[in-house]
Amino acid sequence: METKEFTCIRCPLGCNVVASLEDGKIISITGNTCPRGAEYVTNELTDPKRIVTTLVKVTGGENPVVSVKTASDIPKGKIFECLDALKSVNLKAPVRIGDVVLKNVCDCGVDIVATSNVR
Amino acid sequence: MDKDLVIIGGGPAGLAAAIAAKEAGINDLLILERDNKLGGILNQCIHNGFGLHTFKEELTGPEYAARFEDKALALEIPYKLETMVVDISAKGEDKLVTYMNRAEGLVVIRAKAVILCMGCRERSRGALNIPGYRPAGIYTAGTAQRYVNIEGRMPGKEVVILGSGDIGLIMARRMTFEGAKVKLVAELMPYSGGLKRNIAQCLNDFDIPLLLSHTVVDIKGKERVEAVVIAEVDEHSKPIPGTEQEVKCDTLLLSCGLIPENELSNALGVSINRVTGGPNVNESLETNIKGVFACGNVLHVHDLVDYVSEEATQAGKKAAEYLTGAEREHESENNSGCRSEKNTDNAVSIKATDGVRYIVPSVIRLNHMDDRQIVRFRVGAVYKKVAIQVLAGDKEIMNLKKQALAPGEMEQVILQKSVLSGIDDLKEITIRVKTD
Ligand code: SF4
Repeated sequence: METKEFTCIRCPLGCNVVASLEDGKIISITGNTCPRGAEYVTNELTDPKRIVTTLVKVTGGENPVVSVKTASDIPKGKIFECLDALKSVNLKAPVRIGDVVLKNVCDCGVDIVATSNVR
Repeated sequence: MDKDLVIIGGGPAGLAAAIAAKEAGINDLLILERDNKLGGILNQCIHNGFGLHTFKEELTGPEYAARFEDKALALEIPYKLETMVVDISAKGEDKLVTYMNRAEGLVVIRAKAVILCMGCRERSRGALNIPGYRPAGIYTAGTAQRYVNIEGRMPGKEVVILGSGDIGLIMARRMTFEGAKVKLVAELMPYSGGLKRNIAQCLNDFDIPLLLSHTVVDIKGKERVEAVVIAEVDEHSKPIPGTEQEVKCDTLLLSCGLIPENELSNALGVSINRVTGGPNVNESLETNIKGVFACGNVLHVHDLVDYVSEEATQAGKKAAEYLTGAEREHESENNSGCRSEKNTDNAVSIKATDGVRYIVPSVIRLNHMDDRQIVRFRVGAVYKKVAIQVLAGDKEIMNLKKQALAPGEMEQVILQKSVLSGIDDLKEITIRVKTD
């Protein structure tokens, strides 16, 4: 039997969650304060995902950049591809919170949305 | 100009305090903000992780700020931007707030109550005592965050971070996203000062090493940083000879802690707690000066903005009670009976011992206390499998098992008025870490 330790990142408590594995299969998960910790560790072992937050260029506004995020989490392995795709995006002010900045980034099925207002 | 309530600072604390005061019926209020926007530091915190407690969803900093800003605007709370408060002084029961801005010059407001919401600032390089030249390329993590996230420019390409506070951890990921190479994070203490989740998602995800018990002992380069020398430290934080290693970089970020910004409070004569660097307050978050309240990072540095909002809401409510006289009615009600003359407020002091570094508030006046009182504190070291023990006098009234405690994380207990008022002649409550 093999054990793997994780810090759950689903909330700021940051529980130390331990998964016990046998032949790559999860037998038990301990240390999580709530069910989201078990879900997190299961995902980490199979298909780790992250919310990505970054900036996109804006012209004609009060700031040269606007903050954006993936509307939901995307595969961890696609983070840099997603960041690259956003480098070529150039928005025109005004931008409002929630505006879709880029649809279906890297074919993840997830949109990029603005998280601040630029007038 | 006369005002019932002036709120110094329009960040998360100021906004939540103003909203709560307005909702409690205070209409003659004003927020003074020195930046060109409300929302404070949240505007540059573009990462997610805000609002899980408050909104049950995970927001980025600007989104969290916008929720409060929208509410403040909907309530028509007046505010002034690019307005710097230069002095606060007490005059009788009133407070004189002097501010300055381009349009009006120097203006004095006579306020009945003031809420201090100035937030905190970063410990700067001077406080860190690194020898060597002062080349370009050294920034506090928060300054770098502002450059990158607001102004859209990168401070450098190869980065070393000293200190593992949350802003430094967040900036390690941020700079990596922007194409920089973050070589390592060095932390003087044997534990990180940041949240565990930030170590996981900002460092481990990108294989950025975190060197605990390490510090920067030298900075190379005359015009611009060319390298830093890091070394391991012993238990007294002294560098161990022979452990030095040179790390090539063009940028050094400092993330060595935050200090409440209390220059104005000092000038006003507010008594400051030596451990937190913020005012000493009672259960109403009121300082030693009547009608002056404090909340958020100016009071003590918080780990989560959600707690700042919660605390500021309390300060706003209590300031409103003070202004509407509800507080005084409260008092006369309680004092009409045959209370002891010496301690008419039934003040109980809240003491931190055995591993607990500080507690906010430091005094609870039982006859001003709400049914539930949140008490927040931090511990001074990392503990595993311990308990938080609350003693009233020498009687244990709470014992909370804790898997782990760390200095980077704020803790809280909730005291019940029904329990405290049932204890005869209560003078002191102690909160401690119970290790056995
Ligand atoms: S297990 Fe639950 S409580 Fe613990 S960090 Fe994850 S989400 Fe938070």
